[in-house]
Amino acid sequence: MLTLPQFFFIYFALAIIFLAGMAVNVRNPVHSVLLVLAMFFHMAGVYLMLNAEFLAAVQVIVYAGAVLVLYLFVVFLVNIKEEIRLKRFIGSYTTGRVITIGMLATLLAAAWSFKLGPAGTWSIEAVREITHTRALGIEMFSHYMLPFEIAGVILLVAVVGGMALAKKDRNRATTTEERRALMRGEELGE
Amino acid sequence: MVIEILLTILLIVVVFSVIMLHVAYATYFERKVIGHMQVRMGPMRVGPHGLLQPIADGIKLFFKEDVFPETADKPTFYAAPIICLVAALTSIAVIPFWEGMAISDINIGLLFILAMSSLAGWGVVLAGWASNSKYAFLGGLRASAQIISYEIAMGLSIVGVMMMAGSLNMSEIVKAQAQSPFGIYAIPQVLGFFVFLVAMLAETNRTPFDMPECESELVAGYCTEYAGFRFALFFLGEYVGMIVMASVGTICFLGGWTGPFEVPFFPIIWFMLKVYFLIFFFYWVRATLPRYRYDQIMALGWKVLIPLALGNVILTGIMKTFVWH
Repeated sequence: MLTLPQFFFIYFALAIIFLAGMAVNVRNPVHSVLLVLAMFFHMAGVYLMLNAEFLAAVQVIVYAGAVLVLYLFVVFLVNIKEEIRLKRFIGSYTTGRVITIGMLATLLAAAWSFKLGPAGTWSIEAVREITHTRALGIEMFSHYMLPFEIAGVILLVAVVGGMALAKKDRNRATTTEERRALMRGEELGE
Repeated sequence: MVIEILLTILLIVVVFSVIMLHVAYATYFERKVIGHMQVRMGPMRVGPHGLLQPIADGIKLFFKEDVFPETADKPTFYAAPIICLVAALTSIAVIPFWEGMAISDINIGLLFILAMSSLAGWGVVLAGWASNSKYAFLGGLRASAQIISYEIAMGLSIVGVMMMAGSLNMSEIVKAQAQSPFGIYAIPQVLGFFVFLVAMLAETNRTPFDMPECESELVAGYCTEYAGFRFALFFLGEYVGMIVMASVGTICFLGGWTGPFEVPFFPIIWFMLKVYFLIFFFYWVRATLPRYRYDQIMALGWKVLIPLALGNVILTGIMKTFVWH
């Protein structure tokens, strides 16, 4: 007889595999994004089962709420009527299959040598006692302060880079008419 | 175990019914408030002072024909209104109405609500795309950009509250707030409260930020192609969303269920009054302000609200470390 957590784990695991497979297989890219959305929710479910409630919430807010919506924007730009009629496989797809099956075999072979690592300071009870959010905060702002800051700086560089790219030459225009002309793609007369 | 589960289900049914009743009368309240602000009477025909109007509206919507556009994308078209309503209703589960009274008092209550409100955006975007109509599509695109932008401002505006309360659990926030010098966080967190109020209007797609439905240029925006009860689902989602946002505002900034004095037998009274006030605020703004232009909405969100909210976070941090400690 399955216990309740086991039942839920098996459900989440099967659902993730099924939804991920479907996401690759459906022809309509918007449906694909929707299936990935459902998959992200199931992943959040797995995080919840691991007592990582903060991670589960962030998974939904960041991936489902922001990243995937941006994907959706990109997909909206695709002409879906043509996309559905496209040929699904390129000429070299047999090579791809061989590589994929090889990687799957490697993963499965490696799975047998899995060993549980030594227990750290954050046992399930310790995390439950002070809540996962606090535990994560304490770790992140003490032990992992430097990696955290470095990640922050890298993201900042990406933000500034994005702005620099998007801005282009538009600051050359001084009057509204000039700005409109630039937006239409015309060159400014001296 | 079984009895506990049954009791929870009973609680869910009760809360669901109360919320649905509130949604029905929120529409009545809105028409009355806006009516009186424009020196009209509002609905008067159905029942005394039009009191049965929401019920008549509900029956009408329920029995209307379910029109399905021929070129629409079937599964997405059907899923979109359901996503909208489910996301809004799920948020209700973590809201504490009075001490110890929440369907599920989880540790990450606030984050959960932010997650669910971002999911509600999906319903709108997908509805716009699936309808295969240019008005709906434009409405959906506007909604997605708007919801993503204002979600950041909203999340950041609540960070100050999280820092002051030291918790994400909504009950804990109310308790910490009751012990703070002012009793409500709206005074020390006045910047955060302002940003929250504006972002709250934008997140629920209310005027002056109702670009996604914008009648004068987009017919009805993302729900143009929806008819009958599918349209009603969007409508319900929007009003439940308003109630959720008003509740979050009440809990984070206005002291939740605490009040100037204790009311025996009816502990929810203060919470209700504060939520009603914030819902009145929605209507007040709608009757007062004209709609923003789209680029103005984006500029306000990114260039004013987000820097303000960030400044508020830094200020709260400084105050917490050096002054209030």
